[in-house]
Amino acid sequence: MAGSVKVLKRPGTEGSYVRAASKGLGVTLKHMIRPYKVTQQYPDEKWELAPRLRGTHRMAVHEDGRAKCVGCGLCPTVCPVNCIKLIPAEDENGERYAAIYEIDEFRCIFCGFCQEVCPVEAIHLGVHYENAEYSRERWVYDLERLTELEHPYTALWDPADPTSQ
Amino acid sequence: MTEISGGPFVIATILKVLVFFTLLILSIALGTYVERRLAAFIQDRSGPNRVGPIGLLQVAADGLKNLLKEETWPSAAYKGFFLLAPAMALIPGTILFAVIPFASPAPTRWGYVDMIVADVPIGVLYILAIASLGVYGVVMAGWSSGSKYAFLGGLRGSAQMVSYEVGLSLSLVPVLMLAGDVRVPEIVTLQQHYPGDATTLGVWLVAPLLVGTFLFYLTGLAETNRLPFDLPEAEAELVGGYHTEYSSMKFAAFMMGEYGHLITTAMLVTVFFFGGWDIPFWSGDNIRVTADGSLIGEPAWWKTLLTLLAFMVKAGLVFATFIWVRWTLPRFRYDQLMDLGWKFIIEFVTVYIVVIAVAIYVLDRAGLEFGPAYAAALLGVNVILAVLVFFLFDRGRLIRGAGREAEREARRRMLDARRQVRQQALARALGEEAALAATADDSSEEGE
Repeated sequence: MAGSVKVLKRPGTEGSYVRAASKGLGVTLKHMIRPYKVTQQYPDEKWELAPRLRGTHRMAVHEDGRAKCVGCGLCPTVCPVNCIKLIPAEDENGERYAAIYEIDEFRCIFCGFCQEVCPVEAIHLGVHYENAEYSRERWVYDLERLTELEHPYTALWDPADPTSQ
Repeated sequence: MTEISGGPFVIATILKVLVFFTLLILSIALGTYVERRLAAFIQDRSGPNRVGPIGLLQVAADGLKNLLKEETWPSAAYKGFFLLAPAMALIPGTILFAVIPFASPAPTRWGYVDMIVADVPIGVLYILAIASLGVYGVVMAGWSSGSKYAFLGGLRGSAQMVSYEVGLSLSLVPVLMLAGDVRVPEIVTLQQHYPGDATTLGVWLVAPLLVGTFLFYLTGLAETNRLPFDLPEAEAELVGGYHTEYSSMKFAAFMMGEYGHLITTAMLVTVFFFGGWDIPFWSGDNIRVTADGSLIGEPAWWKTLLTLLAFMVKAGLVFATFIWVRWTLPRFRYDQLMDLGWKFIIEFVTVYIVVIAVAIYVLDRAGLEFGPAYAAALLGVNVILAVLVFFLFDRGRLIRGAGREAEREARRRMLDARRQVRQQALARALGEEAALAATADDSSEEGE
């Protein structure tokens, strides 16, 4: 069914200014005395962040403190803006690990592909957005910094139902 | 008790000037804060609330910022006038307070002190004269900046202020007719309730002169360049209007002048129509100074402070309504502004003066004494006038919008222009045809 157009009757030149103005004054007075404020006192009260917000990265660690990353090279491959630098290495037991792992948070577009593609669920995006630095170099997070961060992981999917079935 | 005189008089006057001027400057600073706060409340925001307790020190922070900002000197500006303009804008707004009575007289050991800086016998005329000087700041700033935006703002400002000055002055005439004097304290006395005294009205003049109050308020808004009359500034079209090219403390001087003017206007509305420092329903503040300098009533310091507080509260409330109006009404178009000023306010004020004069004459002839009954009779006349104007006359005639009528007019003009072009083309075609004297071709005429 086709929708109908509602034609409003516009006041022409016949309107009374004083009465219209008093009506407007009534509206503003109502807003002036009502206690509701839309302003959020930001640094004092913060937003309640959505659990799926994609923010600053975090690197998951084993119980002994080693990063979970196995240096497979999938995340630098999938990254659309090339912000991940990974140089893998092998230890004496033949296990691969990331010798250098750096993420340029300034360049990152927070698409979350790295988290999605990671086979060992090592790299995660986090529910965190308050980053500020004095220089660009400080925006390149190395492995140590990534493992030390403590904000919650982004819930890209429901942990109870990882394949979304 | 006699008036203070000699050396103590000089000291008392200097003290009064210092105290009241400081109070005025403080209230200008506070005024900017209150404006921003109330504006925020109207828009469901919080406004400045981080510097100091509930943001009160924001004013100090802004002042400091203005002092530290770079001062710009546009290369096209006329230096002398460019520098003089902010002062010319600031001075009239801040010297008006000299003739406004702030509180009841206070007793001292050397005689009583009148709480008015200068009790000149032509107080009202002084107010009107100084208030109209405000336009010089605007015109000078607009012209000397050497900028088109500032120039247009100054031009508009001068046109507006000159237009509304007449209405402002005339709307005070009914007050003077009732007071029978142009001394400002006399007008306050008129509004105080002296039982059994047939020279005072005993009612605030807002009641017997309801429409006059409205007119004075309206023209006062126009004189101070506040919305809905802020065409000289008109941020949307003229960037900043006459103070586009100003920065730093020179800009702050304009702002202070604007708020000073605004606060003075609020005080004038209070003095003329809301009883000045009179405290309603209380005859303890019946203290008056007659023109020859003798004091009637019992002055006391606590009464002075109490009446000062009453005056500040009243003026503050009037100031708050200025802000309320500003954040409600949109700006008038230039032609609407001029129409309202010249085609309505001036005529209406003149009619109003005549009506009130006739009413006063009739009431006096009827033998009615000054007092609440007199005021009630005048209030009746005012209510009738208000109803006539705002419910019968105000139908697209006070403020004419760009409605159907204007559209029709524009369409008619366009069609006229088209017809003219068509006729000229037709005439040319016919002329060529005659010159050629060729065989008649009927279709060529129709095709045009």
